[in-house]
Amino acid sequence: MNGDDVSDIVIQAEHISKKYTIGHQSKHGRYVALRDVLVQGARTFIHKTRDLLQGKPIIQGTNLEEIWALRDVSFEVRRGEAVGIIGRNGAGKSTLLKILSRITEPTSGRVTIRGRVASLLEVGTGFHAELTGRENIFLNGAILGMSRQEIKRKFDEIVAFAEIEKFLDTPVKRYSSGMYVRLAFAVAAHLEPEILIVDEVLAVGDAAFQMKCLGKMGAVASEGRTVLFVSHNMGAISTLCSRSMLLFNGQIMEDGTTDRVMASYFSTGKTVSDEICLLNHPNRTPGYEQLLTKIALGLNPGNVAYCGQPLAIELHYYFPSLITIPQFVIIFHAASGIRVFSLVSDYQQNNVPKSLQGEGSIICNIPRLPLLPGNYFISLRLWKPGQKLDEIENLVAFQVEWLRGGTGQFNWDSSLGVVYVEANWQVTAHVQQRI
Amino acid sequence: MSMQSSAFASDEHVLVIEPGRSAKHYWADLWSFRELFFILAWRDISVRYKQTIIGVAWAILRPFLTMVVFTVIFGGLAKLPSDGNTPYPLLVFAGMLPWTLFSTSLSDSTNSLISNVNLVSKIYFPRIIVPVATVMTAFVDFLISSTILLGMMVYYKFSPPWNILCLPAFILLAVLASLGPGLWASALVVKYRDFRYVIPFIVQFGLYISPVGFSTQAVTFKWRLLYSLNPMVGVIDGFRWCLLGGESRIYWPGFLLSLGIVALFLWLGISRFRKMEKSFADLI
Repeated sequence: MNGDDVSDIVIQAEHISKKYTIGHQSKHGRYVALRDVLVQGARTFIHKTRDLLQGKPIIQGTNLEEIWALRDVSFEVRRGEAVGIIGRNGAGKSTLLKILSRITEPTSGRVTIRGRVASLLEVGTGFHAELTGRENIFLNGAILGMSRQEIKRKFDEIVAFAEIEKFLDTPVKRYSSGMYVRLAFAVAAHLEPEILIVDEVLAVGDAAFQMKCLGKMGAVASEGRTVLFVSHNMGAISTLCSRSMLLFNGQIMEDGTTDRVMASYFSTGKTVSDEICLLNHPNRTPGYEQLLTKIALGLNPGNVAYCGQPLAIELHYYFPSLITIPQFVIIFHAASGIRVFSLVSDYQQNNVPKSLQGEGSIICNIPRLPLLPGNYFISLRLWKPGQKLDEIENLVAFQVEWLRGGTGQFNWDSSLGVVYVEANWQVTAHVQQRI
Repeated sequence: MSMQSSAFASDEHVLVIEPGRSAKHYWADLWSFRELFFILAWRDISVRYKQTIIGVAWAILRPFLTMVVFTVIFGGLAKLPSDGNTPYPLLVFAGMLPWTLFSTSLSDSTNSLISNVNLVSKIYFPRIIVPVATVMTAFVDFLISSTILLGMMVYYKFSPPWNILCLPAFILLAVLASLGPGLWASALVVKYRDFRYVIPFIVQFGLYISPVGFSTQAVTFKWRLLYSLNPMVGVIDGFRWCLLGGESRIYWPGFLLSLGIVALFLWLGISRFRKMEKSFADLI
């Protein structure tokens, strides 16, 4: 029925955009004279006073730049859907969530939301260090929108989930960080809104607790509530959400099934050409020296590697100073974000000299690639014992397929796992049944 | 009819987010967040004197010591007249009480938004809750320090007049007097941190230009109306009239002027606050 279709849409975003204005300080010349400083100071003062009188916010700096954190974003979410929002840092994910949870207003556009929203942009919002665990449960619950009655009803459950029974009446400032996070998440996990908006909050806590939280959130989604979930943890997204949206530079690049969207997320990294230059690569973690300079993969046309077939990876390096015991590390991730395996030059058969300086290249040969068909990507690290020297994340995406005409394992797919392990099977006992 | 009801279930909550859309149900929305208001007030109150040695005694000690100093300076050294034969310490303390209520709630509410950055930037709620909740803390302090006044009245064998029944009205007036500028300043501080330094200055200044250490009757009569532009003049006069009665009279034209100023600031405070509220998360 038509009417049911309309009421099924719980979030409708139409052309929302959000603009921020930020300031840059123009560069001073090399020689700063006192006179220049005074003139600059006077000018800033005049600017700021003018802003104050006109009621504009004060923006530090002399050059203003407008940044569109979101630009013309439209989408619809139906009741009971769990939608993952993925994208690189600065793609606009958090801004989108802030608009949906009414923390900030869009610059233009319109969102219609049907149902009660609870947003969880941070665990433990409003926790007060001086208050006890018990008091903080009530405080945090109220902040997240639970009524006192509701908190009272769920109190025991929350305490049990957080595993902090013994420390209920201790100020949370005496808690270990693990206990703190568990308590904070326990309160949040017991929210029962119709629409739940969650930002990168699972990145905290230990692995076991993270699994517990994921389970709890999965339960929320399966109860027919609508969940919007932002995370860099692709594993969590693919477990929870059947649909995902990919944001890129403030726009929706792709909206569809999580598998498909993730595949294009990884391919926005780089499509493999013969060689990828790593100098000034955007995926290098800031703060690392540019020691790895180039990577080349022995891929087949269409960025395809074959399961069970050889794969060669060549790395180029330039070490301006001597590095003792360099360790080249190549990490393989599955599209879900999990690390499938890592190759470490120093732990495997190698002829890398004990110390290296200057320019060169190194080849890593994998005789039989143990990956099942699917999308994968590679991250690089350079270590020396006890110290990480270079780090580049998710820079190559490639696809693994079966080689046609190879050994006949065509019915394998990613539902069976991510790795292909060679084995042979033999019947050891068998009793023939008379027919 | 069935179409209608299926499209919008009776208790379904529809929210539209648009730029510049002033909340139509602002006050109803505020009402639905009343529990948050009480819990924030409770948090501020219960945290206020944690990890201090004398705890709540601070709420008694501070106004008491100020009262002693003022009595010595204004009553003893400057020999300013009291109202009739009211003991000078009582006169000072009856002024000190509303002044402390006003100044604490004004300075606390000014800083309230920026000291709750994590709430403002991560959670939606009507922002007005935060500065108003801090006023509750000042009110609790006020109640505690009122016990000194009781003690002093017993000591001076001074029985309060029937006017004391009007006291709640003047307490409310003192709260409203601080709320107007408090709301405005708290919103301004989000945008311009300068006001963090302006307000303590005004409060410090106000202690001397308000009739805290002396009686309003010490002010030349022809300046009384002008003096009443300071809203605290009306509030303090009202307090003295309620608590001390007798010679402490209210100067009505001045009182009405104070009342008008309080109302003006309150209106300004709320309307400015509501206008700026939406951009807090972007600016804070």
